[in-house]
Amino acid sequence: MKPAPFEYVCPRSLEEALDVLGRHGDEAKVLAGGQSLVPMLNMRLARPAVIIDINRVAGLDGIVESGRSLHVGALVRQRSLERVAVIRARAPLLAEAAPLIGHLQTRARGTVCGSVAHADPAAELPACLVALAAVYQVTGARGQRRVPAADFQGGLFTTVLEADEVLTAIEVPASPWPRVGTAFAEVARRHGDFALAGAAAVVAQDDEGTCRDVRLVFFAVGDTPHLAAATSVLLGARDDKSIDDVARVAAGELDPHSDLHASGAYRRRVAAALARQTLATAWARACR
Amino acid sequence: MTAHDIVVIVNGRQHRVRVMARLLLADLLRDELRYTGTHVGCEHGVCGACTVLVEGEPVRACLMFAVQADGLRLTTVEGLAPSADRLHPLQEAFRARHALQCGFCTPGILMTLVAFLAEHPQPTEAEIREALSGNLCRCTGYQPIVAAALAAASVLDENTGRR
Repeated sequence: MKPAPFEYVCPRSLEEALDVLGRHGDEAKVLAGGQSLVPMLNMRLARPAVIIDINRVAGLDGIVESGRSLHVGALVRQRSLERVAVIRARAPLLAEAAPLIGHLQTRARGTVCGSVAHADPAAELPACLVALAAVYQVTGARGQRRVPAADFQGGLFTTVLEADEVLTAIEVPASPWPRVGTAFAEVARRHGDFALAGAAAVVAQDDEGTCRDVRLVFFAVGDTPHLAAATSVLLGARDDKSIDDVARVAAGELDPHSDLHASGAYRRRVAAALARQTLATAWARACR
Repeated sequence: MTAHDIVVIVNGRQHRVRVMARLLLADLLRDELRYTGTHVGCEHGVCGACTVLVEGEPVRACLMFAVQADGLRLTTVEGLAPSADRLHPLQEAFRARHALQCGFCTPGILMTLVAFLAEHPQPTEAEIREALSGNLCRCTGYQPIVAAALAAASVLDENTGRR
């Protein structure tokens, strides 16, 4: 249970990090919080020749309000989501989900961007960020591109990141609507365990209380976060009466896997309950 | 394989040491620097026995490389007691409540709680259980551990209030 030998590089600037990554590509791994990567190294499930530790790269650790969006840098720890006032004010969904990610000790090191780049199907943050219509800033030696959260994950532990690219920041846009409510819920066997099923919901209303935007995202019930199509029924709604039906139809879009801990059918029933709960809570919070 | 010269400050004491890149922080502390109070259980971030403070934050020492701790301040369980003949209030509470059986998980639990209680001086029982969700005790001694944590919290909170 010790990692295989590797060469360790600790760049101080993003340019230097990208240069090393560009030279080694597939042979290198970027180390940020390390809470998923280091277990894989310890168990020798991953054996990169080079580890590029970006923890000392300047300028990546900020949570910055910029225009109408919130920028979360590559070194922002998951614990910051619980602690930083601007997150609670501008992206309360992330603050609500954060305490359910792993444990105190893993959140102290684990980064928001690292969770996204790792692309675990049971991870909370990628689902929240799809619900918030976040945009990922991807940087490589050849330049920078912006990828919508919903297009980032290609499959199980797979993203659109090329071997020479790093996820450098997440932009969380402010909703154009005046009343916004969000909610997050998951079911896990113990606190900090991977969820059996989870859901994140965002409901936006205009000044009259008419629903103008709604995004419900399931996780841990498929290879990637699932943005439900069924919620479109709620657009234009003035009350929450149809939420039960929407939740049931939305969960019907899923085809969850079965394993030791839960059957696929059970996961779908849990997902429906969580959809109902998060949509109703988000709706009520939008009305406040 | 290249070696790296680093400096770490453990419990206020500075150590200069040469490490291989793949050396885990837990192994640096135990094998090289002999802070053997840091226990190594699972070595993949599940059991919490190796929890130490890195710049005041509770961290799993098996999920960090020693080289990453260059220049950082670390606290291990050896750094908790104020002197050789006095225990930290948390340790005192653990002893009084019999909050350990074999003691293997205890250092990690103490280091997690010391950081948690600094941020949450008046925790509920549920909050303590949540804070300890990343620390496994295989003697199933959670009840006295939670009781000791609650007792220590009120002592620590009172001490802070008096100052």
